[in-house]
Amino acid sequence: MSDLRELYQEVIFDHNKKPRNFYKLEDANRKAEGYNPLCGDHITVYLHMDGDTIRKISFEGSGCAISKASASLMTDSLKGKAKAEAEALFDKVHKMLTGEPGADDDFQQLGKLSALSGVSEFPVRVKCATLAWHTLRAALEAKEEMVSTE
Amino acid sequence: MSTAVRPLTRVRHHEMPAGFDVETIRRHFPALHQRVHGKPLIYFDNAATSQKPRAVIDALTHYYSADNANVHRGVHTLSERATQAYESARVKAQRFLNAAASSEIIVVRGATEGINLVAQSYGRTFLKAGDEIIISTMEHHSNIVPWQILCEQVGAKLRVIPINDDGELLIDEFDKLLGARTKFISIVHVSNAIGTINPVKKIIGMAHRRHIPVLLDGAQAVPHLKVDVQDLGCDFYVFSGHKVFGPTGIGILYAKTELLEAMPPYQGGGDMIRLVTFEKTHYNVLPYKFEAGTPDIAGLIGLGAALDFITDAGLERIAAHEHELLIYGTKALSAIPGVRIIGTAKEKASVLSFVVDGVHAHDVGTILDHEGIAVRAGHHCAMPVMQRFGVPATARASLAFYNTKAEIDALVHGIYKVKEMFA
Repeated sequence: MSDLRELYQEVIFDHNKKPRNFYKLEDANRKAEGYNPLCGDHITVYLHMDGDTIRKISFEGSGCAISKASASLMTDSLKGKAKAEAEALFDKVHKMLTGEPGADDDFQQLGKLSALSGVSEFPVRVKCATLAWHTLRAALEAKEEMVSTE
Repeated sequence: MSTAVRPLTRVRHHEMPAGFDVETIRRHFPALHQRVHGKPLIYFDNAATSQKPRAVIDALTHYYSADNANVHRGVHTLSERATQAYESARVKAQRFLNAAASSEIIVVRGATEGINLVAQSYGRTFLKAGDEIIISTMEHHSNIVPWQILCEQVGAKLRVIPINDDGELLIDEFDKLLGARTKFISIVHVSNAIGTINPVKKIIGMAHRRHIPVLLDGAQAVPHLKVDVQDLGCDFYVFSGHKVFGPTGIGILYAKTELLEAMPPYQGGGDMIRLVTFEKTHYNVLPYKFEAGTPDIAGLIGLGAALDFITDAGLERIAAHEHELLIYGTKALSAIPGVRIIGTAKEKASVLSFVVDGVHAHDVGTILDHEGIAVRAGHHCAMPVMQRFGVPATARASLAFYNTKAEIDALVHGIYKVKEMFA
């Protein structure tokens, strides 16, 4: 039986109650909207890219504790990271969230993000946790041109 | 209750007791007797789909193990038996809705397909650019999107009846929307998201004074109240089998004969034809004109068994029991600090849609699941109604006649657990 406390770790509650980087980034030059049509969760990820480096990152939206905490933890981990590093982290986190075999060893390297490791035991909640990450990837893959923040 | 509620006149002989005994009812539903996360299952997701009584499961098994054959085709014994079982289930649906004739009962996959059939067959034939279709704010997506598709095809416009803060239709606003351009009205009988029972007879009366046809989406109505399409006077009525304790993939479209006669077929194929040549095809009589291809034979037979079951249980008794649960549940949930019930209409079916302060509905749903309680968490395929109440999602406990007050007590206990975890 999957344990509820594995899903709702203290770190999750903390980031749900006090999400980090939870605002609209006024000088964003990339942004993407993520939406889960099954449940209505909605998120916007804002990036300020300096070349290939994420100088600033923030998010806005509404969603459950898992999706909010995942977005909050994500933004905390990616400030100052290069695009390639962000993509590598996406892969690792995605493996952890979907419970891909062989992903187990990597959890500790993920630091606070490992608080999301319980999600893989809750198949219906995996999409809650991956929403922010897919939105991030869409923002990263956007063209170089300025994206309207309106 | 709704004006459509009327006493049942049919007396049947069955093992069901005369009074309404929920424990006896529950014994008929095998799926209710299991544990989820170590707790006894409390199934409160009946508006999404209902559990099936043994009689329905047995009807499906019997058909496939003894009578399996195609309908309306063979001269052999099995085909005759299958056809007889299938057509007698159609008659059960006719009696269930009190339709004037069994040829007014069209077998479809569900309420969704029924609405799509009407939009495409009636709508594309009789609506044109500039015409208006009226729906309401509390529609399920299945009673929004088919009309939007039709609007795009013919250039018609969708108009929407607003609702008040209790989740009731604003009839005065509906009256203002009615005009020379109004050519169709499609309204939910009972809201899946907030439980409102709409004053459909009044709406039909207002529409018919202007000769506007009305479709009622009865998916959430038929499990809870007696529906009499002749008394209501509706032109179309749709419902899904799986929400009324029958199988998935089967549903009913009722329509008045003169409308069905005037409408072109929805799909072409076998069974819907009388004579086919490469020059011209003559369509079959009603209801077969609208039933192309081999239907879900087992599904309709199973639905017939489900309709027998709830008719035996007695829809009046079901409505009374559920109303008692609704009153009890409303009081119990309202007493929990930080819990708000969405949808507080005076005329309401047993749906408790609620939000917990500071906790998203998904988290409520997951934690309740660990208490063995199945609720729906989300927008309930009715996003406009969620927007109307300014919430992204709700948790919804939708009750059926096999639910009990003790289960509501467990729900209250579960909500306190949610609050404790998120404190």
